[in-house]
Amino acid sequence: MSTLTLKKASTEAKLLLIGIPVAIWTLLPIYHLTLFAISPRGQAVSGKLWPDRPTLDNFAVVFHQEHHYLGHFWLQLWNSVLIAVAAGAITLFVATAAAFAISRLRVKGGRTIMNLALFTYFIPAAFLAVPMYKTMGNYGLLNSQWALILAMVTIATPYAIWVLKQASDKLPIELDEAARIDGATPLQLFRLVYLPLMLPSMVAVGTYALLLAWNEYLYAFLLLSDDRSTTLGVALGSFLAADDSPWELLMATGLLYALPPAAIYYAFKRYMVGGLTAGAVKS
Amino acid sequence: MSTIALEGAAPPEQKSAPAGPSRRRLSPWQAWGLVLIAPYVLVFAVFVLYPVGYGLWLARHPASYVKLFDDPVFARTVVNTLVFLVIGINLKMLIALFLSGFFVRARPWIKWLSLLFILPWAVPSIPTILSLRFMLNPEWGIINTTIFRLTGADGPNWLNNPQLALGLAILVHIWKSLPFWTLILVAGRLAIPNEMYEAASVDGATGWQKFRFITWPSLQTLYLTSSILSMIWTLGDFNSVYLLTGGGPADQTHVLATLGLRYLRLDQVDLSMATVVCALPLVLPLVYFMMKRLSR
Repeated sequence: MSTLTLKKASTEAKLLLIGIPVAIWTLLPIYHLTLFAISPRGQAVSGKLWPDRPTLDNFAVVFHQEHHYLGHFWLQLWNSVLIAVAAGAITLFVATAAAFAISRLRVKGGRTIMNLALFTYFIPAAFLAVPMYKTMGNYGLLNSQWALILAMVTIATPYAIWVLKQASDKLPIELDEAARIDGATPLQLFRLVYLPLMLPSMVAVGTYALLLAWNEYLYAFLLLSDDRSTTLGVALGSFLAADDSPWELLMATGLLYALPPAAIYYAFKRYMVGGLTAGAVKS
Repeated sequence: MSTIALEGAAPPEQKSAPAGPSRRRLSPWQAWGLVLIAPYVLVFAVFVLYPVGYGLWLARHPASYVKLFDDPVFARTVVNTLVFLVIGINLKMLIALFLSGFFVRARPWIKWLSLLFILPWAVPSIPTILSLRFMLNPEWGIINTTIFRLTGADGPNWLNNPQLALGLAILVHIWKSLPFWTLILVAGRLAIPNEMYEAASVDGATGWQKFRFITWPSLQTLYLTSSILSMIWTLGDFNSVYLLTGGGPADQTHVLATLGLRYLRLDQVDLSMATVVCALPLVLPLVYFMMKRLSR
């Protein structure tokens, strides 16, 4: 009996021996980010593990836009929201329609389109950045938020279509046959049968595209250079232009920028984990 | 595979199928199919096909490649990229494999830890990587001030040493993407029937034997596929290097993903595109492998 509890205790100790380093490794940069954000001006760089007088003043400065790096904080936050929501919505629309056409209507050439989309998914996004930048220049879209929205839609749709097609293929074919026999039009099948059944996957895909667009940095700073049109992420990068920027303000803004995606991820976690990990790597 | 088996009612998708009775006029189902797939075809043509074609056209001059190969930064970048891939991916996937075994343990505190563990992946790169960059500041970063407090000696100038800086960029990459791959492997481990482990326990198998003869055989395909996919994505990892080192010191820590931007800044778009073309021999076989895997 006692050897059993001893063995149990040693298992728990071994698990803790893994768990504690994992927690420190994961949280240290995030803790450090928070530490800077609540440190008074100039004190974050003192190397202390907790500030003598933690303060929320940095957030007040950010909210009141009282620094020239933050002159457009609210506008840039709005830009980030707008671009993420638009990219999420358009991706959802384009991908759902395409997945329905390929999987349920079995449109001719659908398989080829699916393969082209998959191919696009596997091109590293950073490799497409420079040609995308030149292309947007040719289209006259540079510095328009449409450029970033459409670029994000381009990057997000292939994976979105693939996940939705996988989910759609699992719906029984009898559903379509029954609808056809009852004289349903393709649009009725789409609206009344397909959309309700696909809702969980659509939530996963919409959230995926939204987070992708919100978190994007490279495309955002390539395509949007004007302070008034750019996103919060790019505004954070602009702090790096000087060596003596107000780092605690940068980190306070960074924390505000990081919170919404974390919250959205946790809110939709049960859709995300099932929908995305199952789709990411089929074994 | 089960997904395809469900559709027994549909004709088997052979490449030679489109002949037959489909010569009649477009049914409303096919017409709607074309309408609904059109938005994506448009997106693909305008924002993938045209940019890729335009990019290849910009990279058409052999002289660009001569200039590229003469640039010592390019050679350094190729080496860096290979080091980044070989060390970064293997280290990351091995840790993910190990940690997936930890996270499948049913304990309330491990469940809570797994919620926190996902944070690096869920939050945007720029605040967290800049936070790491500040931690590594040689004068006031928390790491060197702690080293000074504990030992009285000055810590290394982390990001000013090319080898150290590249190694740290690899660590940043691992910090950011480890949660995702751990999650994938956790999903893989959860798919293994528990009875197999129970039966092995009855037979007195050790933990290592269970891993060797049950876990690994079930996971190895997923592990390989994940490694290949991770390789493609790591090739495109711009943020880990750019936000941590900016390619410096003296352009010694660039990878292919950041080098294209360097040439764009220098107003040498042809070199920028030539860089991408040079990466294709590495990317295309991986893409081919993944396409085979996913569309079989």
